[in-house]
Amino acid sequence: MHTTEVLEGSQAVALAVKACRPQVVSAYPISPQTHIVEALAGMIANGEMDSQYVRVESEFSAASVVSGASAAGSRSYTASSSQGLLLMTEVLYASAGMRLPFVMTGVNRAISAPITIQVDHQDTVSLRDAGLIQFYVESSQEAYDTHIAAFKIAEDPSIMLPVLVCMDGWILTHSYERISMIGQEEVDGFLPPFRPANFLDVNDPKTWGSYAEEDVLMEFRYAIHLAMQRGKRRIKEIFSELAGITGRDHGGLIEAYRTEDAEVILVAMGSVVGTIKESIDKLRSQGRRVGLIKIRCYRPFPFEDILGSIAGAKVVAVLDANFSMGSEGALGMDLKAKVCGRPGAPLVIDFVAGLGGREVNEERILEIVEKAEEMERFGLPLDESYWVGLDPDRVP
Amino acid sequence: MKTGKQSSEEELFVSGHRACHGCGMAVTVRHVLKATGSDVIVVTPTGCLETFTSPYGYSPWRVPWIHHVFENGPSIASGVAAALKAQGRDHVRVLVIGGDGATFDIGFGALSGMLERGDDVLYICVDNGAYMNTGGQRSGASPMFSSTTTDPAGTRSLGKIERKKDLPGIIAAHGVPYVATASPAYSKDLEKKVKKAMQYHGPRYIQIDTPCPTVWGFPSDRTLEVGRFGVTSGLVPLFEMEDGKITSVRKVKNKIPVEEYLKAQKRFKHLFDSEKGRDAVRKIQALADENVEKFGL
Amino acid sequence: MRISVGAVVPGGTSREYKTGSWRDKRPVIDEDLCRKCGICESVCPDSAVHEKDELYEIDYDYCKGCGLCAYECPADAIQMVREEK
Repeated sequence: MHTTEVLEGSQAVALAVKACRPQVVSAYPISPQTHIVEALAGMIANGEMDSQYVRVESEFSAASVVSGASAAGSRSYTASSSQGLLLMTEVLYASAGMRLPFVMTGVNRAISAPITIQVDHQDTVSLRDAGLIQFYVESSQEAYDTHIAAFKIAEDPSIMLPVLVCMDGWILTHSYERISMIGQEEVDGFLPPFRPANFLDVNDPKTWGSYAEEDVLMEFRYAIHLAMQRGKRRIKEIFSELAGITGRDHGGLIEAYRTEDAEVILVAMGSVVGTIKESIDKLRSQGRRVGLIKIRCYRPFPFEDILGSIAGAKVVAVLDANFSMGSEGALGMDLKAKVCGRPGAPLVIDFVAGLGGREVNEERILEIVEKAEEMERFGLPLDESYWVGLDPDRVP
Repeated sequence: MKTGKQSSEEELFVSGHRACHGCGMAVTVRHVLKATGSDVIVVTPTGCLETFTSPYGYSPWRVPWIHHVFENGPSIASGVAAALKAQGRDHVRVLVIGGDGATFDIGFGALSGMLERGDDVLYICVDNGAYMNTGGQRSGASPMFSSTTTDPAGTRSLGKIERKKDLPGIIAAHGVPYVATASPAYSKDLEKKVKKAMQYHGPRYIQIDTPCPTVWGFPSDRTLEVGRFGVTSGLVPLFEMEDGKITSVRKVKNKIPVEEYLKAQKRFKHLFDSEKGRDAVRKIQALADENVEKFGL
Repeated sequence: MRISVGAVVPGGTSREYKTGSWRDKRPVIDEDLCRKCGICESVCPDSAVHEKDELYEIDYDYCKGCGLCAYECPADAIQMVREEK
């Protein structure tokens, strides 16, 4: 039974989470995540949702509560942004290492200092090494659908990792969209109760969190990577299964938008994708061969799918709303690592776009396309990432 | 005379763990689990207890046990407790058994949160007064004038000059149902307190003084004797608080001067070769006398 | 041997490591002096003293020779004897 409502993005996420019946929810407030966790609290207070809600004293504890709950065999959920996500970092590495599944929303917000509530992807991208699966959504509708898939993906016996669903703060969480939702029975049919093989059980006592020496540590690390690599196929299967129920197919690990004969291909993730698609349509109508690869799944990095879609292009322009100080944007580095040295590989240029919330509008997208074409004619890679919209004269 | 006997099949903390000879924590954990029985999930933050009980593949814990990270013993426990509640597993209880480093210092915020929320967790602090796992660095629980590796005695220093953080008092101020102190040197008292704590629901705390032969500096067979000296000197008062009021105190019939306790341990030996040191001993005696007065020992 | 998922292992497996090799002295119980009070079993940090047929015996596979049982025995029934290697 599908329903459609105009909802705030945060509300859509809360309803998706509610439908997945988490037994434990825990959160610490931080803008722009608050509306999600407030909506969940409200539904519990009104008896619309049957979860234990643990109001913690820090994000470190929020991540810990869901980790402990997961180890005890309960489906769990948390959400955070920016500073809060960084504070969770140690806990998330440990939980990934212990293969404790749960779902988190990363409501993207730039990181202090200077402190800000502007939006970029530095917070969730900073966690890319930890062993969490990471999805980035373009719209609140996609956020709704992706959260439901996320629980099934996290808890899949071949995966068993935390899943982070990233959505741009304010732009998605605090704006209104028409959201189409599926019925509870459909979610229940798609997502059975969480029944992990290992859980804290007095009838079968086991030990979590052992310390390991160099004779096994590398294998434990590899095990996470392997779960992610193998998980690529399972993630696509689960997205596909859900698409069959919702009638909406957002794509697999990537969405290739008008890339078939593109000479210039942009690569991006998050809500900026919506603006890019419109720009591409406009440029296409002017005869320019431009396309976009929307990264839906950032970790595991879907390089096989990307390579397949950029095969004919001359230049790839990666948009990074994050930056690794002293080096380049993360998505750019991830892509270059896989493209470099392959025969017929296109030139890959990293653009820092949207960092600190600087608007990525149609004009700036055009600037990116033209810069990419210019560099392609020149034939050499840039020494530095190209910071779109930067005013360097203001920097002492 | 018979004490609480237990067959080896019932032992929940089995042999083969890597604790030092004569480890006070190991003795303590055996008594704790004897008192709780097997329907418990134990959370241990990083520390000696975690390290000596979890080399990969060799665990002495015959109860479900989880070590996550250093700061989050209390919040992992809160998560486990919430899960048990959601699953209707009422007969299973949650314990944290953690050291003073995790409890007094790095996990203090998480502990306070757990207490404030009223989560149903029994928190047991195995307190040896320093970061022992890493070699004996100073913690908020280190006793006054003890020498630790990061606050050592020297020509210009008598070791830690600050008092030991009054964690039982701080915890009681959160309004929790049960707070107690105990010692493995008085194991029947310890087990009785654990059993009593298990009768309550909500957050409960028991701080157990666990002497450490390796770093406090005494022979491995004197662990319980040093524990006794701590109690009979008045420096380690054994009491219970229920709903914020002291409801029982273990009186000390034959009090000993603090010197007997201090002289038994290398970590205080610097107090006995100078006038400043002797002055410090007087200050420590004053602390003991304060306890005698306050608790009616 | 394959590693376990998430390094989760069964409990009680520490018994596969015999800490008896840590000893340089071993406790010996004099059965005639023993009052069968059980204090030795109670104080052992390594769960290496077990009641058997009303008496107490040391599990030398695990006993580390710390001496607590000998020191705490109210009957002086336990002596620490140099370990012969």
